[in-house]
Amino acid sequence: MNRFAELLDRLAYEPGRNNKLRLITGYFREVGDPDRGYALAALTGALSFKHAKPALVRELIAARTDEVLFGLSYDYVGDLSETVALMWPKAAMAAHNNPPPPSLTEVVTTLRTLGKTELPKQLERWLDELDETGRWALLKLVTGALRIGISARLAKTAAAALGDKDPHEVELIWPGLAPPYLDLFAWLEGRGEKPVNRDPAPFRPVMLAHAIEDSDFAALDPSDYIAEWKWDGIRVQAVAGRDDRGHITARLYSRTGEDITGSFPDLMPSLRLPGAIDGELLILREGRVQSFNVLQQRLNRKVVSPKLIKEFPIHLRAYDLLGDDENDLRELPFAERRERLETFVKKLDDSRIDLSPTVPFTSWEALTAARADPASAGAGDDADAVEGVMLKRRDALYLPGRPKGQWWKWKRDPHIIDAVLMYAQRGHGKRSSYYSDYTFGVWTEGETGDELVPVGKAYFGFTDEELLQIDRFVRRNTTEKFGPVRHVVHESDKGLVLEVAFEGLQRSPRHKSGVAMRFPRISRLRWDKPPREADRLETLEKMLKAEAAEIEV
Amino acid sequence: MRVTRRCGGRAYISGMRPQDILLPTAAGLCCKPGGFHIDPVRPVERAVITHGHSDHARAGHGAVLATQETLDMMRLRYGENFAGSTQAIRYGEEIRLGDVTVKFHPAGHVLGSAQIAVSCKDTCIVASGDYKDAPDPTCAPFELVPCDVFITEATFGLPVFRHGDASDEVKKLLSSVALFPERAHLVGAYSLGKAQRVIALLRAAGYDAAIYLHGAMETITHYYQSRGIELGELRPAKGVKKAALAGTITLAPPSATSDLWTRRFPDPVTAFASGWMRVRARARQRGVELPLVISDHADWDGLTATIDATGAGEIWVTHGQEDALVHWCRSKGLKAQPLDLVGYGDEEESETPIQDEAEA
Repeated sequence: MNRFAELLDRLAYEPGRNNKLRLITGYFREVGDPDRGYALAALTGALSFKHAKPALVRELIAARTDEVLFGLSYDYVGDLSETVALMWPKAAMAAHNNPPPPSLTEVVTTLRTLGKTELPKQLERWLDELDETGRWALLKLVTGALRIGISARLAKTAAAALGDKDPHEVELIWPGLAPPYLDLFAWLEGRGEKPVNRDPAPFRPVMLAHAIEDSDFAALDPSDYIAEWKWDGIRVQAVAGRDDRGHITARLYSRTGEDITGSFPDLMPSLRLPGAIDGELLILREGRVQSFNVLQQRLNRKVVSPKLIKEFPIHLRAYDLLGDDENDLRELPFAERRERLETFVKKLDDSRIDLSPTVPFTSWEALTAARADPASAGAGDDADAVEGVMLKRRDALYLPGRPKGQWWKWKRDPHIIDAVLMYAQRGHGKRSSYYSDYTFGVWTEGETGDELVPVGKAYFGFTDEELLQIDRFVRRNTTEKFGPVRHVVHESDKGLVLEVAFEGLQRSPRHKSGVAMRFPRISRLRWDKPPREADRLETLEKMLKAEAAEIEV
Repeated sequence: MRVTRRCGGRAYISGMRPQDILLPTAAGLCCKPGGFHIDPVRPVERAVITHGHSDHARAGHGAVLATQETLDMMRLRYGENFAGSTQAIRYGEEIRLGDVTVKFHPAGHVLGSAQIAVSCKDTCIVASGDYKDAPDPTCAPFELVPCDVFITEATFGLPVFRHGDASDEVKKLLSSVALFPERAHLVGAYSLGKAQRVIALLRAAGYDAAIYLHGAMETITHYYQSRGIELGELRPAKGVKKAALAGTITLAPPSATSDLWTRRFPDPVTAFASGWMRVRARARQRGVELPLVISDHADWDGLTATIDATGAGEIWVTHGQEDALVHWCRSKGLKAQPLDLVGYGDEEESETPIQDEAEA
């Protein structure tokens, strides 16, 4: 447990993805079975036991420490598990009895079977046996608050690296595996056969597209491609299959292979036919696709209430078919898969699942026009939910990852505004010596004339050279410092204008300006422009339609 | 003209209360019967100084009494004329000042650090300055001084601060160096005491490669070496090629580890050696990737054990988390009060990196 705690501790501070991978792979290499398997389960969220309530942790510490000292400590530290982990006074008995600290395996397997009444005594024993970091990790684990910024995907990639395997391979067999993953590690270390995925509804690694540049078109022949709308929702894989007894099992996966079935129970009954659909998750009201802002109300929900289901009806718009009953279609060309998809969706005949239409075109000029005006090119009332067009080679097989030249995405042009840099903050990791996080604002009428109001924050989009230039500007034009934040000069004739590109706007009562941007990034530095010529809040307000009203139905 | 404050007047000899011997004033702890201040924060006529950290040892006093090491460090930092006159005192040596005697005892905090025992008649007060009861190869170990009144610091005066074994923290650093041989490791450490202790701990753990230093670290570190403290091969980080710093360890003042200066290092791992690193929010706030819990102050267990062992019936608590420690003392039946002294804290607050190093 202490070694696992050490890993969690280190991961919690490490900002770099590759470094996180190295830390996790290093742990898998160093620690044996079955501990590392339970660690992998903890990192991928695959552990299940009844969590302890914070109240229990409070009771335990209250029995051992002075109330005033606990109160002062908790105030200072600000986190219950951490406070308890740090100040836990070991029982005097433990000194001469000294049992070894529990292993992660012991903790996990004990928690699975432990009765509720036995939990307090058991926790107390473990807290006596572990060190500070061990106690912290234990309390985070038992209270179900193990948030350390690691995705399940990252943990699986780290496991794959142990055996120099492609993470997709691990992803493919994952649904058939269970903690402590002895067969997986045996295979990764070359000691055993590759485990077989017996899951009736497995995830298939997703195929992704490259962003197309203007210069790419010259080399492409329009007749080689099929175009379709790129919907502004969530890319998903909806899979149904028969188990040993012939019953249908259905699952919904995110594009990274995360099982999100539980968040969308209303879609599951529609997945009646065995097969695997690649599609977009959307909210439809009276047949009309709603904006991404509306869909967002249904994301990352632990509890899905009937009210939510009713007000935000979920819908699957199908792009592709990867499996049809027992048949794997991924080796077929896209044009053939598309035909199979059309038949499949027709056979399903379900109002929650429909086909994403193709966009007919014969020349790039025609497609350019369609992309500029989806409403008149077939998207009709749903045009606002179109994010751009997708180009797929007719003969493209379904290949995992981002293969070259097969699929292209051609997004609609982003919204652009000119805003003024107001505050800058240091970045993390490699960027910790740079002011790389920028808060920018636009003009609005204040009590004493025009003033800047912050409308967003961006920390990418610029080149390395531009980062150096902005960093230099920030350092030379700081008017005040608040901890890591610098207040940068922003007056009508002094300051830096940033061209900010973004995908959409949302009303936000949390922001002073009342608006929040989606996916903002710095697209250009406007050294040539005086701040007084930057955009006004009214421009943004015009762009906002009645979206907030839609969300609050 | 130098503004000085005088602790004056003859004390009444009989029926003396502790506060007649030592009294907190705006300039610092004042000993009227002895005519001096301890660690004054403003210029005074006569100063008795516990150790060389800049929040305790300031320039501009008339006469200064301190250990040789503390005087040397003040000279290195402030120049030859840091005080009107100086007098060195050894550990265990007793000197009469006015109506009191003062005696210096090792405080185990940094090289030359001392607790100052002030005795008058039958009453003995120990002003411990900053202290730690944990082993440290770079300074004399803390000595327990039985007394009537013990003046303790409370930098880490909350039960959440337990520093553990510093050598385990150094192992953490070394295993990170082994895991990331292509990256540089930057260890933020206060330049007086902490940096040298970290280096000595690295040597004790068997690390024998050259250790690199930020320019602001060099003078004090070389002074430690001149006092016979073995620190192995040290090199300035300045002028070394970026690629050559891969896999190395460099010590720098905490303020430098997040500034322009770090760009000379390949993908640096930022570590920070401090007792504050025990609390995650503090480490994260500073952007530290590898917190090392290594402190020059006593932790909670050290503070309470020391207070208990001095046998003092009355405890005065200075800078830090006074509330919790005062509460603990009272719950043990000891008389305790916070001393509201201002101007003490982390030395780092007053430490600015050398300009050319910071901007280069």
